[in-house]
Amino acid sequence: MDFILQPWEWYVAGPILSFIMFLLYYFGERFGVSSNLETFCSIGGAGKFVNYFKIDWRENLWNLIFIAGSIAGGFIASNYLTTTDAVAINPQTIKDLADIGIMNAGQSYLPDEIFSVDTMLTLKGFSILIIAGFLVGFGARWAGGCTSGHAIVGLSNLELASLIAVIGFFIGGLVMTWLILPLIL
Amino acid sequence: MKFIKFFLVGILFGIVMSKAEIISWFRIYEMFKFQSFHMYGIIGSAILLGMISMFLFKKKMVKTFKGEEIYVTPKKEGLSRNLLGGILFGLGWALAGACPGPMFVLIGKGVVSILVVIFGATLGAFFYGLYKDKLPH
Repeated sequence: MDFILQPWEWYVAGPILSFIMFLLYYFGERFGVSSNLETFCSIGGAGKFVNYFKIDWRENLWNLIFIAGSIAGGFIASNYLTTTDAVAINPQTIKDLADIGIMNAGQSYLPDEIFSVDTMLTLKGFSILIIAGFLVGFGARWAGGCTSGHAIVGLSNLELASLIAVIGFFIGGLVMTWLILPLIL
Repeated sequence: MKFIKFFLVGILFGIVMSKAEIISWFRIYEMFKFQSFHMYGIIGSAILLGMISMFLFKKKMVKTFKGEEIYVTPKKEGLSRNLLGGILFGLGWALAGACPGPMFVLIGKGVVSILVVIFGATLGAFFYGLYKDKLPH
């Protein structure tokens, strides 16, 4: 039981993620989380404005159930399977973050400077959260997939499109981390 | 009842994303700073083992539980779509410290502010649909 309560190493998590992908195909579906965002649009009535969203969202119901399960899994893990909220990141990362104004890095899963309710209720804090989400949603649908569909499935399947997309993910991620975050935090 | 298996797989997904700290903003920052092997190990080993799954699907050695052949639909080709869409996604991934999967897992962790991120992501998907025909692909 102690093994479960400790943070899981990469060589435990990677194979389990791969097994999850395998199971979803074995069950006759696929592995891709960001398409749920389009399903939300369809359920919300976006098909009235844009034909792209005129789909029968019931066909994607299995994927909505999958993310509902992932919410439950997050709840179970954080409430029953975790003894500490600390994340053992590299000490250099902690220093780098202190330099750009993120204190207490690694003492919890998320920085308060971005995710606390107090920050969320400021104009700047709210804007950062919504812009971050917008970029993820717009970018993932433009590219046709996110980390699950492109990085894991697409690269496993040796697809050039996914290699290009993942290179894009890294260009964007590096620019944000090295150049933009120090300016806006 | 046919949906319960997806709920159970989702629970496993949520647990592994939480327990391996993939939902931690700090782990994503650390990855983009090249200061840890953790995230590369996870994604890399998932891909390597995934190649075996893909091989078994292609050779029809594994079929669905109903006995149907498994066909993995290839992603759409196109430099603009994949590179530009990918770059925008990457900017958001590093800012939010979460890609779409972890966003939902974080709801289960009780992070209220992630709902704003998910709302933004849904808005982003909507605006993509709205302006899709004007974008290069």
